[in-house]
Amino acid sequence: MLIIVCPYCGKRPEIEFSYGGEAHLTRPVQPLTLGDEAWAEFLYMRKNTKGVYAERWRHARGCGKFFNAVRDTTTDHFLSTYRAGDAGPAP
Amino acid sequence: MKTQKFSALALLRRAWSRHQSWQPQWRKAAPKPAYDAVIVGGGGHGLGAAYYLAREHGLHNIAVLEKGWIGGGNTGRNTTIIRSNYLFKESAALYDHSVKLWESLSQVLNYNVMFSARGVMMLAHTVHDIQVVKRHVHANRCNGVDNEWLEPEQAKEFCPPLNIGNNIRYPVLGAALQRRGGTARHDAVAWGYARAADALGVDIIENCEVTGIRRDAGGAVTAVETSRGLIQTPKVGVSAAGHTSVVMGLAGVKVPLESYPLQALVSEPIKPIFPCVVMSNTIHAYISQSDKGELVIGAGTDAYTSYTQRGALHINTHTLDAICELFPTFRRMRMLRNWGGIVDVTPDRSPIIAKTPVKGLYVNCGWGTGGFKATPGAAHLFAWTIARDEPHPLNAPFTIERFRDGYLIDEAAAAAVAH
Repeated sequence: MLIIVCPYCGKRPEIEFSYGGEAHLTRPVQPLTLGDEAWAEFLYMRKNTKGVYAERWRHARGCGKFFNAVRDTTTDHFLSTYRAGDAGPAP
Repeated sequence: MKTQKFSALALLRRAWSRHQSWQPQWRKAAPKPAYDAVIVGGGGHGLGAAYYLAREHGLHNIAVLEKGWIGGGNTGRNTTIIRSNYLFKESAALYDHSVKLWESLSQVLNYNVMFSARGVMMLAHTVHDIQVVKRHVHANRCNGVDNEWLEPEQAKEFCPPLNIGNNIRYPVLGAALQRRGGTARHDAVAWGYARAADALGVDIIENCEVTGIRRDAGGAVTAVETSRGLIQTPKVGVSAAGHTSVVMGLAGVKVPLESYPLQALVSEPIKPIFPCVVMSNTIHAYISQSDKGELVIGAGTDAYTSYTQRGALHINTHTLDAICELFPTFRRMRMLRNWGGIVDVTPDRSPIIAKTPVKGLYVNCGWGTGGFKATPGAAHLFAWTIARDEPHPLNAPFTIERFRDGYLIDEAAAAAVAH
C-alpha cells in the first residue's frame, strides 16, 4: 500500500484516497466551437506516461480535498504532492 | 527444421529413447534486416496474429519481437477465464468468435491448450444485480450466445462449495451460467502458437525491445529500431498490452488507454473440489481451480496507473474476504503466491483492433482486465486487419475513431474488473 502525503493533512495510507487520473487537464474554454477531434482528445486521450507522471488524487476519506502528485509510474515512488491550483512540474 | 508432431504414438516412441530425442519447439531466431511484417509483443495475441498471418494470409517472412520472453507478460499472468457473455452485439460477436476458435484450438495447433468448457457462473447479490444479470442473459441469447439464469439452489447444484445461505453480507440471489465458457492453460496457448507460427517460418525474437518506429516522408512506416538493430518493414502490428501507449508513442500516435496493475493469486494445490468458474462483480471475486489443483483467484486493479507489475495487498485481501464468504470451506487455505500484470484499459472497456492514422501501423490493445479469453479471436482478426489493410467485419466497430465519433461500446457492466 502506498503512503501518500496529503498537502493538507500529511502522511496517510493509500486507502484514504481516491485516484483522479492525469493532472493539469484544462476544460475547453469554448466548448460550443470545439470539434469532435478535440473533444475526444480532452475526454479520452491520456498521456499514460511510463515514468514521471503528474496526477490528481483526492483525500476522500480525510479532508475531502483534491490535490496533485508527481509519481514515477515505474517505481510508484512519489516525488512530490502539491495543492490543486499550484503549478505542476515542468514538462 | 521440421516440427515434430505430437501424438500418443510419438510419446510412446520417444519413451523408448528415454525422451532424449525431443527437439526444441521453436527456433531461437535472430533478427533479419527486413521482414514483410513485424508484430510487436510476443504474448498470445501477438504470436497468434503471426500464426494466422502465415497460415491464412500467406505472409511467411514475418517476425514477432518480444522485449522479454514469450508469454512472460499478461499471457502468463492472467486467470485463464474464457467466456463471451458480453452485453452488446458487437462484443458478443467478437468474443464468441474467440470462444469458437478455442473449441478447436488444440487440434488446430496440435498442442494441448487444455481448453475446458467447465462453465462460467456470474453471481447476483442484489435486486439490481438480478435485473442486470437477467438483461445480460436475454441479450446474450438474442445474440446467439448461450447463457441461462439459475436460481440459488441450481447454482449450488452446479457448484457445490458455493454458500447460498443468508449468513453473508450479500447473499447469493441467483446466477447466470454460460456453459460454453471455461478455462485453458495460458502458457500452452503462447507455446502452441509460437510452435505453430515457427513451423510456418515466423521468426520469434526474444529479448528484442522496440525503441523506435521509423516513417518515410509520407508518414508511412518503414522500419523499427530495436535493441537488436534496425529492421526494415512496411507493416507493424502493435500487440503490447500494458505498454501499448509507450510503443504507439514512438510513432506519435495517441491511444485512449490507461495502464493499471491487475493482481491475481493462487492457493496451495488441493484435490479437485471446484468444478467451474465463479465470478461475482458486486463483491468482487473470481475463482476457478487449475488442473494442478491450485485455486486461481483474480483480484482487482489498483486505483492508480502504473508500470510496476505489482499492486497493493489490500486489493487482494478485499477479494479474499469475498471468497471466504462465498466459499467458507476455503477459509483456512493458504495462498501460495501473488503477482501483478499491467493492463491497458480503454474508457469504454472494449478493445481496439484497428488501423491507425499512420500507414502501415496497426494496433490490437485495450483488452484491459480480460484479454486472455479473446486470444485466438483477437489474433485472427488482427492478422486479417494487417494482411488486408482493412478490418474484418467483426472488428470493424473496434476502432480508435469510435471515441471521436461517439460510437462507444460500453461494456463496463460486463467487464467491471471481473474478467
